[in-house]
Amino acid sequence: MELIDQHTKTIMEGCKERARDAGLRFEDESLEYIVTNRDLIELSPKVMIPTLYDYWVHDVEVLKEKGKYELYPGNPYETVINTRPAISFYNDNNPDWLNVMIFYHVLAHIDFFQNNLFFRHTWDYDFNGEALSDKRAIAKLRAERGRWVDYVIEFTRGIDNLVGYHSLLSGIFHTPDASISAKVDYYFDIYLQDVAKANISKYIKELERYNVSVKEDPALGEQNFFARIDRRHPEFGSLFKKHQEEKPQKPKDLLQFIMENSKMLRREENQWMLMVMQVIRKTGLFFQPQIRTKIMNEGWASYWHETLYLSDDRIKGHEVDFARVNAGVTAMPRVGLNPYALGMRLFYFLEEMAEKGKISWAFQRTRDAKARKDFDIQSGQGKDFIFKVRENFSDFTFIHNFVDQDFINKNNLFVAGKRLNKQKMVWEYYVKSRRVEDYREMLMASLYHPPHIEVDLKKTKENALYLIHHFEGKPLLADYIPNTMLGIEYLWGGPVQLETTEVMASPSTQRMPAIPGLAAKSDAPKPRKLKWRRVLYTMKERKLSKNIL
Amino acid sequence: MHQKLEKLFNDLKKAGLTPEQEEKFARELDGDLTHAIPVIRGNLAVVTTDAGEFRLLDLYDYHDLMVLQALAQPKSGYISHIRSIDELLEKDRQREKDGFPRKIRVGKMIKPGKAGKGKVVVVPTTVEEKFIHDPRFTEQEEGEGQGGSGDGEEGEVIGEQPVRDPDQAGAGGPGEGEGGQHEMESSAYDLGRILTEQFELPNLQDKGKKRSLTRYTYDMTDRNRGFGQVLDKKATLREIVETNIHLGNIPDMDAIDPSRFIISPKDKIYRILSKEKDFESQAVVFFVRDYSGSMAGKATELVVTQHVLIYSWLLYQYAHQVESRFILHDTEAKEVEDFYTYYNSKVAGGTQVFSAYEMVNRIVKEENLAADYNIYVFHGTDGDDWDTEGKKAIPALKEMFGYASRIGITIAEHTSSSKNNTEVERYLKKSGVLEKFPKLIRLDVLNESADEPRLIEGIKKLIS
Repeated sequence: MELIDQHTKTIMEGCKERARDAGLRFEDESLEYIVTNRDLIELSPKVMIPTLYDYWVHDVEVLKEKGKYELYPGNPYETVINTRPAISFYNDNNPDWLNVMIFYHVLAHIDFFQNNLFFRHTWDYDFNGEALSDKRAIAKLRAERGRWVDYVIEFTRGIDNLVGYHSLLSGIFHTPDASISAKVDYYFDIYLQDVAKANISKYIKELERYNVSVKEDPALGEQNFFARIDRRHPEFGSLFKKHQEEKPQKPKDLLQFIMENSKMLRREENQWMLMVMQVIRKTGLFFQPQIRTKIMNEGWASYWHETLYLSDDRIKGHEVDFARVNAGVTAMPRVGLNPYALGMRLFYFLEEMAEKGKISWAFQRTRDAKARKDFDIQSGQGKDFIFKVRENFSDFTFIHNFVDQDFINKNNLFVAGKRLNKQKMVWEYYVKSRRVEDYREMLMASLYHPPHIEVDLKKTKENALYLIHHFEGKPLLADYIPNTMLGIEYLWGGPVQLETTEVMASPSTQRMPAIPGLAAKSDAPKPRKLKWRRVLYTMKERKLSKNIL
Repeated sequence: MHQKLEKLFNDLKKAGLTPEQEEKFARELDGDLTHAIPVIRGNLAVVTTDAGEFRLLDLYDYHDLMVLQALAQPKSGYISHIRSIDELLEKDRQREKDGFPRKIRVGKMIKPGKAGKGKVVVVPTTVEEKFIHDPRFTEQEEGEGQGGSGDGEEGEVIGEQPVRDPDQAGAGGPGEGEGGQHEMESSAYDLGRILTEQFELPNLQDKGKKRSLTRYTYDMTDRNRGFGQVLDKKATLREIVETNIHLGNIPDMDAIDPSRFIISPKDKIYRILSKEKDFESQAVVFFVRDYSGSMAGKATELVVTQHVLIYSWLLYQYAHQVESRFILHDTEAKEVEDFYTYYNSKVAGGTQVFSAYEMVNRIVKEENLAADYNIYVFHGTDGDDWDTEGKKAIPALKEMFGYASRIGITIAEHTSSSKNNTEVERYLKKSGVLEKFPKLIRLDVLNESADEPRLIEGIKKLIS
């Protein structure tokens, strides 16, 4: 791996200038490397982070299966990595004009990394540098502990998709309301409801009384309010005190919980495992935003490379070359989902909508088709709006909010169904639906979505760790349950239970014995009727058992 | 076909069936029971549409290097990985000693192609197990929709993709090279080697000697110094050069002057006529697979995977001197010509095991195979049989004993059926052949949830 030459770097710096003028914001420093195929072999399993810790599974090249993104915390790989400074990778024989295009693409990615709020927790440190020191530490541990380091890595990675990414973000963005004291919160949120079990009218009366006393005397109102309560409910004071002493139970993700509560890990000879687990957890959290903003990030980068390239004076004479490459990148496939194309179109669509003032209540209220079409108040807010979208949205909210029927119609999109043609033994792809509901559902289904699994504190007694899978209409992949639980048992140092939902195995439910001669045969597949049941897996002493609840 | 089945069903009913049997058979007759062809994961579909052929990619498979710079993911040859695979397997054995299940999988390594029988695509792989949603799970039979764009009425077919594309491994998408997936190509021979050496599968060769057919031919191959029938010029010249180097007669290697060579009589190498071993195929293996409707779900996958493993292992054991025959059966048996078809065929109907056994007997008799070959028969089924008592199957099986070196029957039980109580298992046990001829016939009963290590265990059981 080597840095790009000075000539190419000059092109990059020129691109930076123009991108900044267009409104993109990013740190000044960036590193650009030339990669060979050999480098790629080493980098791609490590999600392009050159300093990521060594692990034997990385060596198994064949890991790159489809569906791997679910098994990995991150993308298959990115060419730009979200580090400080940002590092990007290039083919060694790109012509200059192509580099101009790619540089714009990369700069838009960097802008996205550094401004999209879902990346907030990655902003204040250099992941690449930390990863390097972690890598050394793990290598040192491996020299001392041998293969057990790899077991701890493996078992921790087994649950690193359950890292509490959203609770991490909510911690960052949470601002407690200072105007209301903890005592008031406790009284209304917990005491009245859980301890005193007050009915609604009493609750509202108390609320009213509080408001009145604060209004009458802003300084001492609260004190007056509680004076009466202390008289009537002498136990309130001590209950509140006790409540404050109890540590606020912020929801912990599974990894955190194990690291803090596992007896096995608390033993002195096992302390080193905590360090390894910490590294894996941090890495898992670092890659979360990447995978949750794929469509936006690629769409944003494609939008900008197209926009900036066309206005770049340095590329005269290569417009046709560009058009060819760009069409390959941003064409909508006849069947399939290209995040570059989809995201880019959505950004263009939003810009146009906002430009005409269509993102407004007035437009939404307009029902008349022609009026909708002609609606244009020339707000001039287009660019502003997409910059806001780039800052505040992730793929889920992006699609959920902005993919509408107008967008589908404009881009001629549809959901492609797939069915088996038994005569020809081929899968047929056909136009299944052009309705926005179906299209959005299809998009949502293809987004990354790890299962929602939590520790049940009430049922985690004695030694046994009790996990609850909150069912969302899809079962867990049964093949993976035993080994994952085996790993958790190892880290936890005791039995582990998992409550989940699965389909009842009853293949014959809808199959009626055929009456010869009368059996109605239709080619359309019958919708399967599914029966769900709650089951409890228990992993104890490396043996898995299952009970139906 | 269907009418014939119904007639058969009615005849059986008249002869007397228990209600459970009747329901089970009726279900197979019902027609919309299909068994799934095992899905090879990691494969991306190649779809042909009116806009041309292209590869279907997952949303998260797109990345800048591929899309913008047309840089393919590097592909590395199988051979360069052999060493590391050995190391990994070593690691895997250590895992077992440490009390954890093995993680390197062999079963998912296979992708038979139509080109060249002995050629199998091998994907040694491991997965990182996590709690994830089952990606194969969909509430509709059809599977989840894809995105699409362009013209077309709802319902209009816009493209198609062969259910199994034999060339898929080689076909790159536009501008993409070999991106997307990593597969290691290899002959089944390599897989056989790994299976034999690393998984300690037993060696069949000893038994094979019984009728090992080694012919001798005479050829000008044995070499002799000094005398003989035909001078081997190349070998002789090599000797001469060596001699002259020793003598210091070649001062400059770049300017050799052959006219100055000193030739010793011992330098002359002759070939003489000698007896040479000429190996012929030593074994014929019949792969027999139940592809009836009841083979739904994992049963087919298990049986097929196990047969692929056996197939590869035999190729290694007999160093390509094994002939394979492939027979599929539901209520009727048919022979197919290659592993590809064997692997991919999908049909739904009733089950009569004896039809396949009789076909094997007929082929052996007609082609007089028993005289020249070791004969192995491997049969995979879910254990359902309309011939509930084995009235026809057992005699056909007994006939096989006359010539077969080993008959291995694999029953992949459905979880829904009661344990160890499938028809085939029952009548096999009742007939007592398993005890009487333990060297000739073996039975392996698998649970539907069996994994690769279990399959390999099963193979050991079938062939040891």
